[in-house]
Amino acid sequence: MVPLNWYLILSAAVFSIGVFGFLTRRNIIIMFMSLELMLNAVNISLVAFSHYLQDLRGHVLVFFIITVAAAEASIGLAIIIALFKNKNTVHVDEMNEMKG
Amino acid sequence: MQYYLLIPFLPFAAFIINILFGRKIIKDNAHWVSTLAVAGSWIVSVMTLMDVLSGLSVNQNLYTWMLSGNFKVSVGFLIDQLTAVMLIVVTTCSTLIHIYSIGYMHGDKGYYRFFSYLSLFTFCMLMLVMANNFLQLYFGWEGVGLCSYFLIGYYFDKKSASDAGKKAFIVNRFGDFGFGIGIFMIFITFGTTYYDEVFSQAAGHALTRVNFLGFDVHLMTLIALLLFCGSIGKSAQMPLHVWLPDAMEGPTPVSALIHAATMVTAGVFLVARCNPIFSLSETALIVVAMTGAITSLFAATIGLVQNDLKRIIAYSTVSQLGYMFLACGVGAYTAGVFHLYTHAFFKALLFLCAGSVMHAMGGELNIQKMGSLKKFMPITYWTMLLASLSIAGVPGLAGFFSKDEILWLAYSGASPVGKIVWAMGTLVAFLTAFYSFRLIFLTFHGRFRGTHEQEHHLHESPKTMTVPLMILCVGAVASGWVGIPHLVGGGAHFTEFMKPVLGHAEGHGTHAEEWMVMAISVAVGFSGIGLAYFMYVLRPELPGIVTQRFLAVHKVLFNKYYIDELYSFLIIRPTIWVAKNVLIGVTDARVIEAIVNGVPSAIGGFSRQLRKMQTGLLHNYATITAMGIFIIAAVMLLRNW
Repeated sequence: MVPLNWYLILSAAVFSIGVFGFLTRRNIIIMFMSLELMLNAVNISLVAFSHYLQDLRGHVLVFFIITVAAAEASIGLAIIIALFKNKNTVHVDEMNEMKG
Repeated sequence: MQYYLLIPFLPFAAFIINILFGRKIIKDNAHWVSTLAVAGSWIVSVMTLMDVLSGLSVNQNLYTWMLSGNFKVSVGFLIDQLTAVMLIVVTTCSTLIHIYSIGYMHGDKGYYRFFSYLSLFTFCMLMLVMANNFLQLYFGWEGVGLCSYFLIGYYFDKKSASDAGKKAFIVNRFGDFGFGIGIFMIFITFGTTYYDEVFSQAAGHALTRVNFLGFDVHLMTLIALLLFCGSIGKSAQMPLHVWLPDAMEGPTPVSALIHAATMVTAGVFLVARCNPIFSLSETALIVVAMTGAITSLFAATIGLVQNDLKRIIAYSTVSQLGYMFLACGVGAYTAGVFHLYTHAFFKALLFLCAGSVMHAMGGELNIQKMGSLKKFMPITYWTMLLASLSIAGVPGLAGFFSKDEILWLAYSGASPVGKIVWAMGTLVAFLTAFYSFRLIFLTFHGRFRGTHEQEHHLHESPKTMTVPLMILCVGAVASGWVGIPHLVGGGAHFTEFMKPVLGHAEGHGTHAEEWMVMAISVAVGFSGIGLAYFMYVLRPELPGIVTQRFLAVHKVLFNKYYIDELYSFLIIRPTIWVAKNVLIGVTDARVIEAIVNGVPSAIGGFSRQLRKMQTGLLHNYATITAMGIFIIAAVMLLRNW
């Protein structure tokens, strides 16, 4: 039986990798993947808690997150493709049209 | 069935209909709407008078207008003897003048506008007289003032007319300021604005003194004088009389309705209505009596030398209003209201006759350029002659009875200034007779002094104008017969009728004295007429000689005692100077513009700094978000520790 803490540590580690990747990388696709990592880290901890508390509500929440993540991925990738067609790059530092 | 509610709301409905549909749909039929509505009001008013005569009295709140803490005001109606008389005066004059206007205003491009204002005016005036509390009175009071402004400036493309409208409105503000404070004082003192509650508690405050602006004053005197401020403005008494002669710029039916018969008498009505308050203060009564007497004399002397047909009648109105205040000031409220009632008929008639003359003369107002109109317009001549005889106090006519009652009660009453104001009133009676007949003789007698073109054009006015003249003439002759004094075998019904509301002023004197006062007033009336006949018919060269002899006096009178010039020098020019140099130069340029321009530029500067935060770079935003989350998480963790 793997104790709860291990799952939480795994979740925290994955989440931190996601945050670190999001903040440091300049390639928008990598940043997008980091975002997915963060979402899945949350999923891990939700499932872990759900099992620990013997409560199925955590599972239900995870299904919702997966659904939303799928939708988000499709829209996000569509935006990235549109961006790439326009700017011919995936480097975020070159996307500063919103500068005030 | 509260049928009396129809009295004010019929004209209001007419106003709404005319103002909404007048321009496009009703057009030249606007008079049907307004005239039928006001005629309906008249019929209901007569029914109401019948009910009041058989003992009805109504004091009813219709609905709550405002409610705030213990401040409660309703739209409510009070119908008693005073209201009933005012209703008859207002609706009768209004109906006849509506009919007259059909002929007089025919073909005017603002026809529907004229009638809708006239209806609005009638509504406001009726709300004023039917109110059962001071705030609704104030509503009507300001409403009639507003309509007066609209109608004086009716020919708004004429500069003098729009100036006169502004002048009337602004001068009235001075009086209404005092009136407003008076109502506040009433609310502070009595905690209510309903007449019945205020008047029943007033006697309990007979000796109260209050601190007003640092002075220790008698409360009732203060309230009475503040209310009287409103009366001075509305009824054109000294020193706020300057607007009324200028108000003659409006169409003549307006002068007749608003500036002679009804609105300007609202001040007298106010004093009469508040008689329980005024009676508690001898000082206030003396002020009222003296203001009335002085104004009366003052306006009558100006009227002697003016040449403008309508202005002479306007000064005559100011003078007669002074008479009414004189009566109220000596405690003879019934006599004041009686004069108000008779005056409404003969003065409205005088104005309508003047309108008829103007109609024939193609808008000419200078009586020096008229003459011999008698043979061209007999109906106008005879009705105007009867009105002038009435105002001059010829026995048997309406003006005689009311004027005689005022003079007798001034002479014999308990007022300390009674004898003085009686003497002044008698002098005014002489002057009134003189200038009224100067007007008649110059206009209708002698030879025609206008242009040939005008002479060719002379004609009697159409039926819609002459019929109201004849009906009003009946009023000018007969309206006084309800108040024939006991002395000459009458029943003094008017005084008896008014007793429950206005009390009864006792004259302390013998019959001999009463005969003497009456004889003097008749004698001065006839001598005034006689002098006018002598100077303007028998010896037409005399006025010129007299003018030459007393050139300085004539000049002062002709220029109305230079009051307008004085106000211009003392008030208007300093105000304009302050407005230009202080308000525009300093306040506006240095203060308001500094704030108005300073606030946006400060915000702009701050924004320019803030804009730098928005780099448009995703990483910056992400870093800030992450840092925010860390800080929040850290705070929460540390706090729970």
